[in-house]
Amino acid sequence: MSTTVVNAGQDNQTWAGGNEPLKASYGKMMMWFFIVSDALTFSGFLAAYGFSRFKFIDSWPIADEVFTHFPFLHGVDAPMYYVAFMTFVLIMSSVTMVLAVDAGHHLNKSKVTIYMFLTIIGGLIFVGSQAWEWNTFIKGEYGAVKTKGGNILQFVDTEGHRVALKDFVVANPDSERVQQERKNGLWFVSEGTLPSYTIEEVLHGLEAHDNVLVRTQTLTEEGAKTVLSREASINQIKLNGLKVVEGANLQENEYGSPLFADFFFFITGFHGFHVFSGVILNIIIFFNVVVGTYERRRSYEMVEKVGLYWHFVDLVWVFVFTFFYLV
Amino acid sequence: MAHEHKLEIFRGLLKFKSNTQKIWGVLIFLTIVTIIEVVLGIIKPEFLMGYVLGMKALNWIFIILTIVKAYYITWDFMHMRDETKGLRRAVVWTGIFLILYLVFILLQEGGYVFRVYDQGYIKTDF
Repeated sequence: MSTTVVNAGQDNQTWAGGNEPLKASYGKMMMWFFIVSDALTFSGFLAAYGFSRFKFIDSWPIADEVFTHFPFLHGVDAPMYYVAFMTFVLIMSSVTMVLAVDAGHHLNKSKVTIYMFLTIIGGLIFVGSQAWEWNTFIKGEYGAVKTKGGNILQFVDTEGHRVALKDFVVANPDSERVQQERKNGLWFVSEGTLPSYTIEEVLHGLEAHDNVLVRTQTLTEEGAKTVLSREASINQIKLNGLKVVEGANLQENEYGSPLFADFFFFITGFHGFHVFSGVILNIIIFFNVVVGTYERRRSYEMVEKVGLYWHFVDLVWVFVFTFFYLV
Repeated sequence: MAHEHKLEIFRGLLKFKSNTQKIWGVLIFLTIVTIIEVVLGIIKPEFLMGYVLGMKALNWIFIILTIVKAYYITWDFMHMRDETKGLRRAVVWTGIFLILYLVFILLQEGGYVFRVYDQGYIKTDF
């Protein structure tokens, strides 16, 4: 189906031109080369994640404790179910894509249209799910205390279940501190949202509740987080507590090492951006299919090329899933 | 334009009648692998928590299953199975070589930095 290459070969001379040793069209081969380079970009990110994790191997956050939410199920501990669902959605949309490619080989326009449409829907569900994941991650659930050294202290009850700050800390209504905005105090100087509690209020709350203990980031031999004794807990907050951290941003997060959130935002963000651009490409190709461009060309190779990209996005997610959520 | 697909997976153990059928077959296989991964990740069986070659046996299983999934996505969804040997090797070997190289260097270095913190004099956490 070469539309542009003129077969200039005379008398079957090997070097006369028009040979295709890899038997792949130009466009498909360039898509493969792009995929190789993009795969290297992603492995750069994932390897950097591995580097930082190995650097803090004894205090890295445990993924199952961080991603425990499922939409519409509040307070239910559902580690990784939602990510598994997202993985399945992406694999499923890969399947509809490859079915579209297959229908294209049979020049079956109506089937290509349906399968392309389903692929776009799958992509949108995935991007939406990722937005929800981000939202939950940024908001946080329990809240934590950051120490002067930059470590994160979380709170558990005597059975080891996590305790949210709002369950034992009472905010002092007479607190004078207001958020500084550009319009008050020093002009054109502002600060971020203030946490709901001050460190003194956390200390009062901790002293008033005998069953609350502090959990540090350090992992024990069994791979669980270390829980301090009652006196050590109060001491730790009193001597080292700096401020309350709720949720996550690029500077700090309630889950542990700041790098954890940084890599989460960067890697899943970059992948989400790929899915998003894949959806855009799919939509363009979808309309080309609908208006019959490829029908007139008698070739659905464009569907195949964009399909390669779409499968690649799925492929990357398989690795992100393993290294971010499972290992 | 002739499109001939190789219609067998698992080295000929499973043969399909049409390409569409093969696609569904691969989907079922990938779904089973994902389910195994998630179930193992949630229950974390005690006997898999031992260390093999410096890493938990469970993590080795996850990584191997991931590579298995990657293989079937590339080979059957991206039709690598039907490409020429030259294209297949140009893509796969280049990628695998460079990725293994990078991963080895960075993980080695990460472990080294950890030991500096752990046993050395530096106590700052940043």
